[in-house]
Formats: sequence, C-alpha cells, structure tokens
Amino acid sequence: MQDVVSIKDNHIVLPDGSIEKQTTTLNLGPTHPATHGVFQNILEMDGERVVSAKQTIGYIHRAFEKIAERRPLYQITPLTDRMNYCSSPINNMGWITTCEKLLKIKTPKRVDYMRVIIMELARISDHLICNSVVGVDAGAFTGFLYVMQYRELIYEIYESVCGSRLTTNIGRIGGFERNFSDVTWQKLEKFLDEYPRVLKEFENLLMRNRIFMERCIGAGPISAERALNYGFTGPNLRAAGVDYDVRVHSPYCSYEDFNFIVPVGSTGDCYDRFLVREQEMWQSIEIIKQAYQKIQEIKGSGAEIYHADIPEYYLPKKEDVYTKMEALIWHFKIIMGEIDMPVGEVYHSVEGGNGELGFYLISDGGRTPYRLHFRRPCFIYYQAYEELVKGAMLSDAVIVMSSLNLIAGEMDS
Amino acid sequence: MSLTNERIKERLIEKFGEQVSNFDEPYGMLTFEVPKDMNLKVMQFLYDDEELKFQFLTTLNAIHYPDNKSRELAIVYHLHNLTDNIRIRFKVYVDINKPDVFTATKIFEAANWLERETYDYYGVNFVGHPNLVRILNVDEMDYFPMRKEYPLEDQTRKDKDDEMFGRGGNFGYGTVKTEDDTTIAESEKGDIGDKII
Amino acid sequence: MARPVRFNIHPKGTDIHDNIALTEMPEGAQGEGFFATKFESIVGLARKNSIWPLPFATSCCGIEFMATMGAHYDLARFGSERLGFTPRQCDLLMVMGTIAKKMGPVLKQVYLQMAEPRWVLAMGACAASGGIFDSYSVLQGIDQIIPVDVYIPGCPPRPEAVIDGVLQIQKLVHNESLRRRNSEHYKALLNSYGIQ
Repeated sequence: MQDVVSIKDNHIVLPDGSIEKQTTTLNLGPTHPATHGVFQNILEMDGERVVSAKQTIGYIHRAFEKIAERRPLYQITPLTDRMNYCSSPINNMGWITTCEKLLKIKTPKRVDYMRVIIMELARISDHLICNSVVGVDAGAFTGFLYVMQYRELIYEIYESVCGSRLTTNIGRIGGFERNFSDVTWQKLEKFLDEYPRVLKEFENLLMRNRIFMERCIGAGPISAERALNYGFTGPNLRAAGVDYDVRVHSPYCSYEDFNFIVPVGSTGDCYDRFLVREQEMWQSIEIIKQAYQKIQEIKGSGAEIYHADIPEYYLPKKEDVYTKMEALIWHFKIIMGEIDMPVGEVYHSVEGGNGELGFYLISDGGRTPYRLHFRRPCFIYYQAYEELVKGAMLSDAVIVMSSLNLIAGEMDS
Repeated sequence: MSLTNERIKERLIEKFGEQVSNFDEPYGMLTFEVPKDMNLKVMQFLYDDEELKFQFLTTLNAIHYPDNKSRELAIVYHLHNLTDNIRIRFKVYVDINKPDVFTATKIFEAANWLERETYDYYGVNFVGHPNLVRILNVDEMDYFPMRKEYPLEDQTRKDKDDEMFGRGGNFGYGTVKTEDDTTIAESEKGDIGDKII
Repeated sequence: MARPVRFNIHPKGTDIHDNIALTEMPEGAQGEGFFATKFESIVGLARKNSIWPLPFATSCCGIEFMATMGAHYDLARFGSERLGFTPRQCDLLMVMGTIAKKMGPVLKQVYLQMAEPRWVLAMGACAASGGIFDSYSVLQGIDQIIPVDVYIPGCPPRPEAVIDGVLQIQKLVHNESLRRRNSEHYKALLNSYGIQ
C-alpha cells in the first residue's frame, strides 16, 4: 500500500497522480448494513482509495464502569455478559476468576475443567460469527447461514446449564450454579460429533476459494512491532506473528493441563486473521475433547463437585436454607451484602475472543468495588484502523473492519 | 537469571532514587508511585532498558479519591514484559484542580484512546496529546461523569428519583442523615405527640 | 422422564388439499365469480405478509435477531424475507439493543426518513425502557423520541418472542384503517414527539 496521506496546514493533500481536485467525504455511519455494531468511520476518499479515516465511537456507551461501582460482586456478572456479547461466558468467567483472585479462593479441578469447556464453546461461537461475517462482507452469504445452525447447538448447551442463550450470567464465585446434567453431556457429545464436519465444509467454501483469497490477502496488513505498540492482543496480534496468548502466558482455570497449539500468522492481513481464527476453532475442539475426557476420569464422590467449599460467597442449597440455621445465616449475609470484600487491588486477565480481556478491581472493603476498570481489547485495537486502511480501496476498508472482529458493546463499555 | 520483582525494584531505585516510592506487591504485581513530572522518564527507562523490557502497555486508567486532598486523581499504568512475562503497575497522583500529566502517546500508540477515555471520565489533561476530546460520552457534556460526586442515574427522570429510592441525594447516598430526618426512637415519641402520622 | 407425545400424531394425508394452510377470508359478499369486500381488508392482508423490516441492531439483541433470521427460527416464513438497510424502502423499523443518548438523534433521523405507513418495533428491555442500564448515558426507552407500536420484553428476548412480536405487528398492519395516517389523532401523536 503506498503511503498516501499528507496533511499541510490542516488540508489533506492528495497524492501525486490523482485526478481528483479534493477528497470526498464518505460517512460509514453508525447505522451499518453489515450489523457489526454502532461505530462511525468518516473516510476521506481520493476516488476509490482511502486517504484518511477518523473514527467516532460511543454510540452505545452504557457506563459499565460507573454502574459497577454501585453493584455487589455477583451483580456485576450480568454487566460483563453484555460487553462481548458473542462470547459472553468468557467475560463471565473472567470476572469470576478475578473475584476469586481477590478473595483468594481455589477452585477444584473439576470446576476448572467445566469452565474450560464453557469458555472454549464461547470462543468457537465468537470466531464463527467473525469468520462467517467476513465471508458475508466478501459476498458469500451461505457460510453464515449454514454455520448459525451450529451456534444454535452451542446456545442449547448454555441453556441447559444456566437457562439463557446469549447473555448467560453463567457461573458463580467458586463454581457453577448447578452440576451439568445428562442433557448437557448429551448435547456436548452431539456437538463434538457433528461440528468438525461442518467446520471442514465451511473451510472448503472459503479458505482456498480464489475470490476470497484475492479479496483478503494483502488487505490491512500490520507488522508485529506496530501491532505491539498499538496494544493488539488476541487473534489480530497472533496473525501479525507474535504468539502471545494469555492462556499460555498466565494460565488460569488449569489451562496448563491441556495440550494445544497457538496458531500464528505472518503478515497480519485479513487472510491471516481468518486463518488464525479457523485454526483456533480446531484447537478449541481439541481442548473440549481433552476436558471432557478428564472430567469423565473423575469418578466417585468427586464427580459431583461443581463448586468450591466457600460458604461466605456461594449461596447454600435451598433445602438447607429452610432447615439448617448456619445455611440461613449465610444466605442472609450474602444476599444482604454483609460480607465485605478484603481491601486490595487486583488485575486479572483472560483470553477473550478478541484478546486479553482484563479486569482491574480496586476494593476498599465495602460491598461494591471502589473502582472497576475493564481492559477491553476492541477499544484498544480499533485505534489502529486508520493505519490499516490508509491507501486501501473502499472494499478493503470494509473487509478490514469486519475481520478485526469489532464488537460495539465491548468497545464502548 | 530471570527477572523478578526484587530485581526490578533494585534497578528502579538505582536509577531514580527517592523519586519512586511506595513499593508494594498486592497479589504478586509490583506497584509503585511516581511523581507526575517523571512518568514519561520512568516509562521510557522501562521501555528501553535491556533487562527490563516493558514494551507493552496493557491499560491506563484513573481513580478518584475525593478524600486525599491535593492527590485526588490517581492515574494508573499497567505495563507488561512479554518475554519474561512480568507485569508492573505504577501510579501518578495529581491534584484535581490542576490535573496535568504528560502524554504517553509517543512511547505507546495504544495510549491515545486510553488517555482520551481517562479525560472523558475524569478530566485529566494529558499535555501533548494529539487529539484530546471526548470519546465515549456526548460531545456537549460539560462535566466528568466518573468522578465520585456525580450520580449514576439520569437526573431528568421523574419516575425514579431519589425520594422514591430512599436516597439522600448527596454524596452519602442515603447514609448521611439530613436535618429533617423523620425516624425517631420509641422513647422520644411522647414529646412529639401530634406530629406522628 | 418422557411424557407420551400428544401433538402431531396423526399422519398427514398425501393429498395436497389436506396440507395447505389457508388464511382467513375477510368479511364480504360473495357471488358467482366475484367477492366484494372492503379495500382496507385486502390491502391489509397483502401488506401484512410482505413487510420489509429495517434491523436497527445496536447490541446483544442484534445477535438474537440474527439467530431468528437463521434457519432454525426462520423469520422469513412470515414474509420478512428481504431486510433493507435503507429507511427509504422499509416499512418496519426494528430497534434492537440499547440506544444511548449519543445515538438518539441518529435514530430519530432514520425514523424521519421512512415513508408512511411505517411501524416501529422495540425489541428487548433496553429499547423498551432502558433495560438494566439505568445510567446517565442511556436513553431510557426509545418511546422518548419516536412513537412505538409493539414492545418485545426480554434480555435478550427468545427468538420465539421476536416472532410473536412480529406477528403482533402483522395484526396491527392487517387491521389498520387506510385513513389512519392522515387522521387528526395520528398527527397529534407525531406532534407530541416534535415530528411534523
């Protein structure tokens, strides 16, 4: 891509050889045809080429950080759902593991493996949307419709665990709200049987398709140094060549027990991002299989554990609340918020669908956090969009935007 | 020899002496305080040094402590050394009446929008920032909403006001008793007499 | 424990006349070779089965809408096959997701660009009333800026609920009088929102 922009005295100077007299302003406005989310890009175009891009976000700013200062810990989980809503269980688990780090709670292995299964299913669900939407923006609508059917299966698995399809509020501090039932295991087995074949068909549609390759190769490349400077994480950074994955660097939820590959690209363009996400989906299937096997190996009384033994933070069973005194007292204390958090500050991050999703929690010993800051990967890497599309054509600009997997809920918090 | 928190602390004290202070390790992450004029120097040192290669800015945010006079706003930087896998955090305290801090955009491009967000929420003025305008809230907003004195809810609603929710309407959020507090103890009821409904 | 199956247990005949679902005939006078009814009923019947929606998707409800348009809970069965993204060509504005105060003017502009007759569907708790986000930056319900016909509660509503909402819109479209858009009552409604 040639370096086209230059600004002299606040006027954008067109490159040499341009037959236009001035740039055209195109508003890729908050209401998009491609339902990526609400953010605005004001592009200055020299004919078909983009000369500069100015982003405006905040069209769905819901003030999560301010709301979180007024909610106790377990009421912040539904807020985190709505950040990256394509893979809400990962956000939930990230928040819950942050709380457990603050409260110094250790979860049993079985709970960790159950969490890993749910998180990897969420990762598959997020990458499916991103890859199929890249296909839609390049013109291939079939992949999207075909793959949505398998997202329905993932939704059914969530529903059998927590009752809700999309904004799951799954998990509690210390574990899960209920043990996975037989129906969940059956649906998981069905998913593991049927899904690999579908993913292979989706790959056959797009991966070596000449039109798709010509659209995507070379669109929006970024080098590893620039990506690191911009704070990229997740599949976008791995496509640029840096193998930074929070699951490997700072393992949480017993990820160190699993054997998986972290795929890495080379040029950081759209095609590399697509390939990295495809490979991550294959790796997620491997991790789910390993976790399922490990859970099946836990026999006996250990097979009924689904939460850590922490009466101060985990609500007791309803039968006990109605019959036993201690359970009634714990129930009252937890719901009315009489249990205070320890004073301290903690930063914990998990590997979300888009990268390192971090939670910086400062507690002053009350019922609600004093300050909670979300490190949202989409917000941080959208700044680089201008550098990615300078000099590219308009259709490349659209494909770059969809391959970055920008989710407005996460961007605007 | 891999990098440890003690080694980082030694190198920092060696280079900056008394100016870096308040070392602490909550939950394993080294945290220290830097005076506001030195934040870029410390960040540049951590970036360039051969041993401490903190070349990744994880995040940047601010905290409002209304009770610490002349040190109300704390700006917190989280840095990460990807090769040795160590994270550190340092804080810069500024007075709320003059919240000027040097911008980190020349060292890390990622700081651009993070600083805009911090300006939007708290009003911290980052000196030297290329485009310090509001990013998430509406452009016409004239106050900095995350500061502790501002309420969370939309104040123009008539169906969910403070009275209905039993709130004090001030910074105490209902915990501060106001003058016309109408709950009285049983023993005092005899005096009031006809005012009880 | 499995319960005995109660529905769909009698095998359908292979004769095509048993398998067609017919819609209700409007009231009218019939004779040999003609059927006379009100113009409104025919127009309503035609309109309701060919609504062109505009999905104004902002957040999580947009993903549930994508699932509703998918093959499992197909919304295209009810005539909403063609989604337009331009307000000039669409009948139904489906607002899905939280509308922040920054987005309010954009939503109003999109509503103003639509041509009569137009209907508005507020999907989800955030569009109906601000949802769980009672904060300074969220518009507490889109009916503060535009008139809404049907509200679908839920966070996010299940696809079945979305289909139910669309069917309610279809009922409204079917029964709407041809003179409604020019009536005093409707003009007063629009004036209360500041729309001329």
